[in-house]
Amino acid sequence: MAVKKAVARKAKPARSRRRSPASSASPARPPRSAEAPIRVLVAKPGLDGHDRGAKVVAAALRDAGFEVVYSGLHQTPEQVVEAALQEDVDVVGLSMHSGAHMTLVPRIVKLLRDRGAGDKVVVIGGIVPEEDVPALKAEGVAEIFGPGTPTAAFVSFLREAVRERREAGGSA
Amino acid sequence: MPEDDRDRFEAARRAWEETYRSSQRRREEECTTTSGAPVPPLGTPADVAGTDLTKDIGFPGQFPFTRGIHATGYRGRLWTMRQFAGFGTARDTNKRYLYLLEHGQTGLSVAFDMPTLMGYDPGHARSEGEVGRCGVSVACLEDMETLFREIPLGEVSVSMTINCTAPIIFAFFLAVAEKQGVPFAKLRGTLQNDILKEYIAQKEWIFPPRPSLKLVLDIVEYCTRSVPQWNSISISGYHIREAGSTALQELAFTLADGFAYVDEGLARGMTVDDFAPRLSYFWNSHNDFFEEIAKFRAARRIWARHLRDRYAAKDPRSWMCRFHTQTAGCSLTAQQPEVNIVRTAYQALAAVLGGTQSLHTNSMDETLALPTEKAVTIALRTQQVLAHETGVANTVDPFGGSWFVERFTDDMERGAEDYFGKIAALGGVVPAIEKGFFQREIAAAASRYQQETDRGDRVIVGVNRYQQHEARPIEIMKIDRTPEKEQREHLAKIRRRRDAGRWKGSLEAVRDAARRNVNLMPSLLDAVKADATLGEIVDVLRAEYGEYREAPVF
Repeated sequence: MAVKKAVARKAKPARSRRRSPASSASPARPPRSAEAPIRVLVAKPGLDGHDRGAKVVAAALRDAGFEVVYSGLHQTPEQVVEAALQEDVDVVGLSMHSGAHMTLVPRIVKLLRDRGAGDKVVVIGGIVPEEDVPALKAEGVAEIFGPGTPTAAFVSFLREAVRERREAGGSA
Repeated sequence: MPEDDRDRFEAARRAWEETYRSSQRRREEECTTTSGAPVPPLGTPADVAGTDLTKDIGFPGQFPFTRGIHATGYRGRLWTMRQFAGFGTARDTNKRYLYLLEHGQTGLSVAFDMPTLMGYDPGHARSEGEVGRCGVSVACLEDMETLFREIPLGEVSVSMTINCTAPIIFAFFLAVAEKQGVPFAKLRGTLQNDILKEYIAQKEWIFPPRPSLKLVLDIVEYCTRSVPQWNSISISGYHIREAGSTALQELAFTLADGFAYVDEGLARGMTVDDFAPRLSYFWNSHNDFFEEIAKFRAARRIWARHLRDRYAAKDPRSWMCRFHTQTAGCSLTAQQPEVNIVRTAYQALAAVLGGTQSLHTNSMDETLALPTEKAVTIALRTQQVLAHETGVANTVDPFGGSWFVERFTDDMERGAEDYFGKIAALGGVVPAIEKGFFQREIAAAASRYQQETDRGDRVIVGVNRYQQHEARPIEIMKIDRTPEKEQREHLAKIRRRRDAGRWKGSLEAVRDAARRNVNLMPSLLDAVKADATLGEIVDVLRAEYGEYREAPVF
């Protein structure tokens, strides 16, 4: 069997909807109107490959009218933050199952803040022991959704949280 | 049946059907399985009208093995009770293994942590926060030695869930066996070594599919020559199901993977009977009792038919689909976790009635954390109750001949054949992976499952019905210290201690073997004995083979 050296293809994140690239990644972006569709990055940080939850949530959000970007697998905190900025999202949803949340999540939150994007709503879906919840919330995580969460619960949470942020941000 | 009897039977059947259809108490909605397949209210002889009793069902231990691979069923030997375990350092996990063996477990099954699974040493940036979390950290020969301290590898069979780094981990294992003085011919155990389902479902990969497949076959070839009792691939449906597939998709995609490995082995010049007897399977056992049993029975029949009739295997052992089963982790709920004990028991029963060779029962707390010792013990006891108290092990394939179960088995086989046709039309398993076929099928099934649960069409006790609002926390396992620093320092010590010249030369030999496209196992064995670490070896191979990136779809 001939094995050729393969060059890693750069995987592009999957998007639920095309939009004009000019509208993203502008540092001085105008505040989005309260009615604009909510943009979400669903990201999978760390080495874990269990992406069922991330994909189900991404599809459910898309079906609920959100604009969804799915990062794909095995993302470093830096890659997650870069994607969040590039895609100019309102929400960063982190799918965590491997127990590495206490290392990876605070780093992502800090990187967002350092790059002037501390206003994004950061949520976690997956397995996080009860005892870690207060510390993660203190870091700035808005909410943690455990196994068995109905779709309606995170959809309405995100709508409300983004509405509050947009109002606080001074837009209509 | 004489004509008179047939008429009376038909009249009785019609009378039943009329009563059934006119019943006011009948549930209106269509009944479907967990996977969405329609379920008839009753099995009748009409279901098996076209069945050939000998050719299609036969007897246990006879082709096509619908009723099991052993003539004696579990009267000959019970299934192996094999609980998957691993956490922290090799020392921590070794203690858990000794505990499990002392409590009657009959085989070991190693869970590695994410860095070990993905080929990063502790200390690498990508390992941060992950060392020893989801499993045990094994980065060098000494770790593997500690893992099996006081465990005689010539006596206890060991299953290792390892895929993209399987050749290196296997090299560690073989080197430890050598140190224990156990000849390779006496080693019994299993490597998962199933890279195809990684691209399809579990998503732990390093290299692109072609070189990865080459490495899988290196192990197969090496085992055929040197470790004859070792199961070289555990072709896994478990993860495909956990990722959200239906039972039928699990069955079809996994067997398609199995055939792909056979094709690869043949392409390498091996004959099918050299290696097919050491291929085994690993299935999921989910909630839908009869669907699971039908799946297990169909798996045996499909494998037997393809191996004998399509691949012309002559050795009956090549025809036998031997398998391990694990109860469905994805069926466990975080809500009212004790109820998971009941779910697991039913799933285990289905696996046993389906004729599994070995079984892992999940612990009730596994949606929350790694299991506590107490939870693991209950899970093991669940199997022991099944084996020794319920009597289900006394009769071979007790559902054989059930009109309903036989028809369900036929439906499963037919559905799988349809999928094989679709996969072939896409050019085979690897092109289908590259086109995202499996990934899309599974994601769609997972979304459907979630929507049904959200709507309440699918009842999940404690989640969307019979909820209990007061929190009743159970005790969960806490890994209080992180072994990351300890592991980092341990590796640093080994790096200082080793013979640098020998180490460097051994890595060069691995690179050279990769470039010459020869079997890597001998050079890997030399490298691990020279104390090359997992991450160092992977770095060499990554430079040769490149890295895989998946185009994400949802």
